[in-house]
Amino acid sequence: MNNPVPVPELDEIDEALIRATQSGLPITSTPYGDIGLGIGLSPDEVEQRLQRMLDIGVIRRIGIIPNHYQFGYRANGMSVWDIDDDRIDEMGETIGALDFVSHCYRRPRHLPEWPFNLFAMVHGTSRDIVEAHVAEIRKILGDTVHDHRILYSRRILKKTGLRWRKSKERKCCE
Amino acid sequence: MDQLERDLLNNLQGGFPICAHPFQVLAERLGYSEDVLIEGVQQLIAKGYISRFGPLFNTEKLGGAVSLAAMAVPPERFDAVADQVNSFEEVAHNYERDDRLNMWFVVLVSDEIALANVLAEISRETGLEVLNFPKEQEYFLELKLEVPE
Repeated sequence: MNNPVPVPELDEIDEALIRATQSGLPITSTPYGDIGLGIGLSPDEVEQRLQRMLDIGVIRRIGIIPNHYQFGYRANGMSVWDIDDDRIDEMGETIGALDFVSHCYRRPRHLPEWPFNLFAMVHGTSRDIVEAHVAEIRKILGDTVHDHRILYSRRILKKTGLRWRKSKERKCCE
Repeated sequence: MDQLERDLLNNLQGGFPICAHPFQVLAERLGYSEDVLIEGVQQLIAKGYISRFGPLFNTEKLGGAVSLAAMAVPPERFDAVADQVNSFEEVAHNYERDDRLNMWFVVLVSDEIALANVLAEISRETGLEVLNFPKEQEYFLELKLEVPE
């Protein structure tokens, strides 16, 4: 089933730093120093802790997060694929590396209704382009794929950002 | 979009330096002054080209549990069910999609037990089956946006 993800050791200072930076860094000459001022940390300590979180993968990357919609990437389709189990990891790596695919995951089937085990989010400036990209994926997958489908989004019903709270807080409220 | 904005977008989707004066370091690398870069990033946000500037966290490594779930909602109940599902603060994203499974939402909670509880609660409140699609493997490379000349 779901792979348990080991939780790296994060202390309370790390948690304060995450809360202080999760909606962004100040766009100033000394962003790390400025963050530190707000939570009582020296610039060095902010830098060391962020570097460590980057090293252990708690932070994926630091930089600008483009707003793809603004660049004309207004069409996105969730493509789902039924792929041979013994080939799926190899195929997933290949598909995930395509430059028009953002998220690519292996997920469980729900038979008989849902035979699909690979999900790849495909982006394009129009539906035609999304469909051309999906055709390209189909070609790459060759005879490892049995069926596929594209689920377009009709409406965003809800979209909120990361609202991370530490588990201790959650438990005391439940 | 001008050359500065393109250079920022193509070079700053990761790797922002961690040091006392990161924009200064970047300025030397990209051939601009520090002030120009700072103003450039501010402009990108103001113009809506970027949604955020800073660290991108890996939610699961923060100790949370995330899953994608889907339901086949009868069309005549769709909006009412959407309200029910959206009222859970644990539901971060929710999309209507054109499939028999027409509602797809992401649940973000503190741990696996809380996840199971939320999904069970949504199913109980709506009277609908909730299919859980937890991620089993991630082939994650993000969307590599390039802005051509």
